[in-house]
Amino acid sequence: MVDLASIHYMSVREMSDALAMREVSSVELTQAHLDRISAIDGTVGAYLAVAGDEAIAQARAADERLTSGTLTPLLGVPMQLKDNMSTRGIATTCASRMLEGYIPAYDATVARLLANAGTVLLGKGNMDEFAMGSSTENSAFKPSRNPWDTERVPGGSSGGPAAAVAAGEAAFALGSDTGGSIRQPAAFCGIVGMKPTYGLVSRYGLVAFASSLDQIGPMTRTVEDCALVLGAIAGHDPKDSTSIPGALPDYTAGLDAGVEGLRIGVVREYFGEGIDPDVAKTAQDAIATLEGLGARISEVSLPHSRSALAVYYIIAPSECSANLARYDGVKYGYSDPDSEGIWAALEETRRHGFGPEVKRRIMLGTYALSAGYYNAYYIKAQQVRTLIRREFTEAFEHVDVLVTPSSPTPAFGLGEKTEDPLAMHASDLCSVPANIAGIPSLSVPCGLVDGMPVGLQLLGPHLSEQTLLRVAYAYEQATGWHSLHPAI
Amino acid sequence: MMAENDRNLSIDDVRHIASLCRIGMTDEELERMSAELSDLVGEVAYVQSIDTSRVGPMGHAADSIDTVMRDDESSPPLSVGDVLANAPRREGDYFRVRAILD
Repeated sequence: MVDLASIHYMSVREMSDALAMREVSSVELTQAHLDRISAIDGTVGAYLAVAGDEAIAQARAADERLTSGTLTPLLGVPMQLKDNMSTRGIATTCASRMLEGYIPAYDATVARLLANAGTVLLGKGNMDEFAMGSSTENSAFKPSRNPWDTERVPGGSSGGPAAAVAAGEAAFALGSDTGGSIRQPAAFCGIVGMKPTYGLVSRYGLVAFASSLDQIGPMTRTVEDCALVLGAIAGHDPKDSTSIPGALPDYTAGLDAGVEGLRIGVVREYFGEGIDPDVAKTAQDAIATLEGLGARISEVSLPHSRSALAVYYIIAPSECSANLARYDGVKYGYSDPDSEGIWAALEETRRHGFGPEVKRRIMLGTYALSAGYYNAYYIKAQQVRTLIRREFTEAFEHVDVLVTPSSPTPAFGLGEKTEDPLAMHASDLCSVPANIAGIPSLSVPCGLVDGMPVGLQLLGPHLSEQTLLRVAYAYEQATGWHSLHPAI
Repeated sequence: MMAENDRNLSIDDVRHIASLCRIGMTDEELERMSAELSDLVGEVAYVQSIDTSRVGPMGHAADSIDTVMRDDESSPPLSVGDVLANAPRREGDYFRVRAILD
């Protein structure tokens, strides 16, 4: 039998097997997670809303499906969705006053796919407001805390999902990643996080931040779980015009094929200036491990990728200023109650509904798109974006996978960077280039620095998810960092 | 009007931008935003030093997609009740807006 007291650190695969063998029911599994949330989420703050009654009802339905013998890999497994994914009948706030109390009339495609697969939605994950931030301190409601050290941030913007998975408050979660918002918190919390190729996972029902960069992806405790979850959410969606058509591979097939002969490029620019030396050393040790497993290591230079942060902080705010123009206090969301006349109501609604970082980005984007500046900033950034993508394309003619640290530092202290937006932005240094180029990227735990987890970032060409998963799996199985958990 | 290469944004510049994106700001908020925005613009202005002659702009990363046109087929829409359920102000089956003309 399964020990319900320690069930929360089983992998999705182990839970799925235990459910199939009837060693545990989905209701028991779900209740154990709800108990775990009750016990520790007052400290961790990974959830903005817990849907306990709905979760138990879904678990009952999953148990009926299990009884009837129709097994799917995620059937009956309890999970969390970041609170920028629409869930019919369950509040979806983006951690913003602007959407406080907003109840979507429809499910995001990923929510629908996971529901069809029989997963159990435990609740919605805390995040930086509208996914803008790197620490989850921009949540309008509360910060999340890192389960490894609750005086530190879990990263962001998917800090709630990362903390929930790391602390055993969900078997897995979905995050969204516009400039590193899956991978950086995954690294900070010691879990696996993947940003798939742009267009691989439907964005329908994901509250838009920067539409040419946003991508949904899995956050899990093991690489195999990442492959399982990716398989459930990837695929063409007619409701997302940027969704990639075509058949999908089985992402769990060939996971254990190893890295013998695989060409891995170490990106020189991410091991020096701006990178914590202990983080760089930890990543280098991981690369030596991969070499020991048979990979062929070489050094690669991507000088343009160092411009990606500046490009990102033009393109993302520009797109955000257009996307967030919809919050007008008329159709849904916060509406200033006291203003007379539509223009005053609009200005006061947006003044009180948005937090400081969201306002800064809308303002910066509006500036970059305004008359006289459009060519100097927005078009220029798009041209540099072409150079960055070209540089990646050329690099992938010589190597199969590129590696860097996932983030320049381990998790920093709560409040340490909140007064310095530029220092906060620098936390995205390593992760932003993948979004700019639209390529897939994955963070896998690669050790500890001062007791805090650090991630190794893998990047590959378009639709190379299987290769990234294979490398990450080989590394994970050789090192076993995934079996370390926080003491909480 | 703002000068092309001036990266320090004045209070008036910030007031103009805020009016474009319809965010109400007090004088104190304008002052703070002017300092923060000047820092941010200084950070991103770095791109202007990069040679991009004969390089086209990249607007999106959806390479493999030729067309975004869906089939011209109708499907059931959300119900009026669902669409209006989150409306801050409602009158019958309509969104109620505040006065547009004085």
